[in-house]
Amino acid sequence: MNALTKKDFESNQDVRWCPGCGDYAILAQIQKVLPTLGIPREDFAFISGIGCSSRFPYYMETYGMHSIHGRAPAIATGLKVSRPELSVWVVTGDGDALAIGGNHFIHAMRRNIGLKIILLNNRIYGLTKGQYSPTSEFGKKTKTTPLGSIDRPFSPVSLALGAGATFVARSVDVEQEHLNGVLRRAAEHKGTAFVEIFQNCNIFNDGAYGFLTDKNVKAETRVLLEHGKPLLFGKDRNKGLRLRGLKPEVVTVGENGVTEADLLVHDERDPHGVVSYLLTQLDRPDFPVPLGVFRCVDAPSYEELNADLEQAARAAKGRGELAKLLNSGETWVIT
Amino acid sequence: MTAFDGVSESAQGEAGSDCGRARAAQALSRIRRVEELESVVIRFAGDSGDGMQLTGAEFSKSVAKAGHDFATHPDFPSEIRAPSGTLFGVSGYQIQYSSRPVFTSGDAPDVLVAMNPAALKVNLADLKPGGMIIANTGAFTESNLHKAGYASNPLEDGSLERYRLYRIDIGGLTAVALRDSGLSKKEVGRCKNYFALGLMLWLYSRPLEKEVDDIRRKFAHKPEIAEANVTALRAGYAYADATEMFPAAYQVRKADVRPGKYRSVTGNQALALAAVAASELSGLKLFLGSYPITPASDILHELAALKHFNVTTFQAEDEIAGICSAIGAAYGGVLGLTTTSGPGMALKTEALGLAVMLELPLVVVNVQRGGPSTGLPTKVEQSDLLQAVYGRNGECPVAVLAANSPADCFDATLEAFRIAVKYMTPVILLSDGGIANATEPWLIPDVASLPKVEVKFRTEPEGYKVYARDDNLARAWVRPGTPRMEHRVGGLEKDFLTGNVSHDPVNHQRMVEIRAAKVARIARDIPPTVIEGDADAELLVLGWGSTYGAIAQAREFARQQGKKVAQVHLRHLNPFPPDLGEVLGRYRRILVPEMNLGQLSRLVRSRYLVAPVELHKVQGKPFKVSEIYDKIVELC
Repeated sequence: MNALTKKDFESNQDVRWCPGCGDYAILAQIQKVLPTLGIPREDFAFISGIGCSSRFPYYMETYGMHSIHGRAPAIATGLKVSRPELSVWVVTGDGDALAIGGNHFIHAMRRNIGLKIILLNNRIYGLTKGQYSPTSEFGKKTKTTPLGSIDRPFSPVSLALGAGATFVARSVDVEQEHLNGVLRRAAEHKGTAFVEIFQNCNIFNDGAYGFLTDKNVKAETRVLLEHGKPLLFGKDRNKGLRLRGLKPEVVTVGENGVTEADLLVHDERDPHGVVSYLLTQLDRPDFPVPLGVFRCVDAPSYEELNADLEQAARAAKGRGELAKLLNSGETWVIT
Repeated sequence: MTAFDGVSESAQGEAGSDCGRARAAQALSRIRRVEELESVVIRFAGDSGDGMQLTGAEFSKSVAKAGHDFATHPDFPSEIRAPSGTLFGVSGYQIQYSSRPVFTSGDAPDVLVAMNPAALKVNLADLKPGGMIIANTGAFTESNLHKAGYASNPLEDGSLERYRLYRIDIGGLTAVALRDSGLSKKEVGRCKNYFALGLMLWLYSRPLEKEVDDIRRKFAHKPEIAEANVTALRAGYAYADATEMFPAAYQVRKADVRPGKYRSVTGNQALALAAVAASELSGLKLFLGSYPITPASDILHELAALKHFNVTTFQAEDEIAGICSAIGAAYGGVLGLTTTSGPGMALKTEALGLAVMLELPLVVVNVQRGGPSTGLPTKVEQSDLLQAVYGRNGECPVAVLAANSPADCFDATLEAFRIAVKYMTPVILLSDGGIANATEPWLIPDVASLPKVEVKFRTEPEGYKVYARDDNLARAWVRPGTPRMEHRVGGLEKDFLTGNVSHDPVNHQRMVEIRAAKVARIARDIPPTVIEGDADAELLVLGWGSTYGAIAQAREFARQQGKKVAQVHLRHLNPFPPDLGEVLGRYRRILVPEMNLGQLSRLVRSRYLVAPVELHKVQGKPFKVSEIYDKIVELC
């Protein structure tokens, strides 16, 4: 087999996102990562729901389904349980996954089914032309909230952790190298891998992540999570996160006797995940926004456990025979 | 007033003892008079906690093994443990068995076993005039009488004088029989249903020992409970025998049923068995995605226990995930099944539309119950027919089938899978709460005689177009993992050939028409309509689903009265059989009895421009034979 390339994963369909949409960069990164995974192209399936991000499968030269609003994790679950050998990806958005599809989203995490769930979070409804979403900021003015939103947003990564996800990560559409690394980690994870990608909607919510992507400020507004390393950030790499009990604070190394040894060291494998959860709650303006892998722990996947159950049933009872089944229970013969 | 006081000192003392049994056996040979009956209808009724469903089911098994034809109707409240003694907590189980073919569980019981005043109150109106009441006197306490709304004790105030009343302290006699068992009062109380069963086995000349074996098997994990139940059973049997309170025991002659090996099945069991059969016959894994809902949950329970077959069951987070996971499985190339009842069906609607668009095989089972909304969860109705045929956005045709009896669920389910994979279409199979829980004898089919469920996956990439069609207008089924056939499907309108997204106006009309034509084409497989009864009658009774038995029996009674009646019962509701219009056209009058407000009538009226006479029943209860018979007589 010839080595696969990015080109092999591009379908013949014209990509129809708005010019300048962050989705293009994400599509490109996924098309770059897949050929490097050593998986035959025919073993990939991309399942999506409804929304701008959910057009994704049409642009991938893999098996795929553009389904109905919010239901992609449920459809993907049926596919993955039936065909565990496939690499099944769900591409979703903040409305699709967190509003109409919230239930399927959390239950996928809870079961640890082997899906890669990629959430393109632009904090707005794009396809319906600019209503606020479950991740829009409090007070945001949109077509449906002309006086400002009174909904409190939730954090997709916090929600995923709360639902018991074994892999939770976050990246940004324009940070190609970082995004590439996070996607690869997700692809290699066993069980549900959840990746939130901050994605700019340049039509209805342009600049939503400017504070994170603007070259002049991004060093101060983000902190990169690296397993086993202290949480350092800032232009001069001298700011850090320290825990006082369970209370995080931003400190400057070299001031007030603070040394690097005082900083929180990131542990994505912490079995309890308390600190990981705490990190998912950090937000501006008081804290830098964490990017990277919050949590990555090993646990049996749902499809593995299911296969074990079926195997155990066969081991205990022998492979079922239809005639025997039909003739089971209490029978009687009429002559 | 005919009444027999059943609590005599001697019986109380000896009912459970060996000495009592020996004497009873002697007495049997001496004085027992056995009357022959053609058929009998018995209703067991008590509190939901009294074990009447079990008693009824055990009695059914006993008559089944003796070669009788029978039909049952369990009727229980939706509360799991309703407060004891209340009217709404009454649970009943009716069985009709006969020496002739049995079509229904019977209109009116010949015998009512009433375990408390509430059971008597709720069921008395159904009892035949002059029918037999066996009343558990111990439960007719002041408090229970009050809860049932009796101002005075009906066992003593003469209000039951039109009936043959037997007063037996079933609870008290059971307690006496078990006084040395070492069981708690509560545990002893739970054994009284076996005393009642013993009583009835004697009264209907059924053997005791098979039931004893059964109890020991059923309670193998709790031997002391098993022995207590055996003791209670024997006590009930011996008591009936020894007291000479019954003037005769009864016997129903063996029915003239087709020779072969039988078992008794509920509709839900038969459906589960057929789903496994479809998997085995097609060589494909069966995937059931489902969310528990009354009265469909048993299908999930049954299949969850059959994982040693090629079966995966998935208890989804909701009804929507139930169908969506099954669609995902079908996309993966396995047999997708989802099971539900009315409210769940409503939730699955959008996903069903997706399955129509994707053109994937899928079987959706709706075990109908009383609606709308939560309605009557444990009661029977057939009011989801129009929902099945029409209830989706857009022009969204699916095949719709209905099962007409518990055993028929097997054939109907196999037919549903056969159509789904042949035509690459979702199929809705309608069962109902009556069929789902009722039992009837099932002639076990030979596996070699079962219809084929043929599946072929396309693996040839050359010339593959996602929505190219075969002669059945079905597109090819391609499993993910097949090299060089990667393709996308979805809910947006598709190009008629490539399957790419298309908003082309002409293409859309073409696709809407093709989807309709494909489902219509299923009619080519439907055999000529069977007309039962007198084909040359002027009156045709047209039905579907679980009304079959009541209609057939009513037609038979009418025939015995010299009236000519034809009957057609539909398996295929969308599309209809191709000859149905012509068949309907032969009859001067058409009667359509339905457990709804005329849904099939509406379908045939709009399709064939006929004017059926409608007969509606929406009481959460099946039709009585007499209700249909009376209408037939009125029309002929």
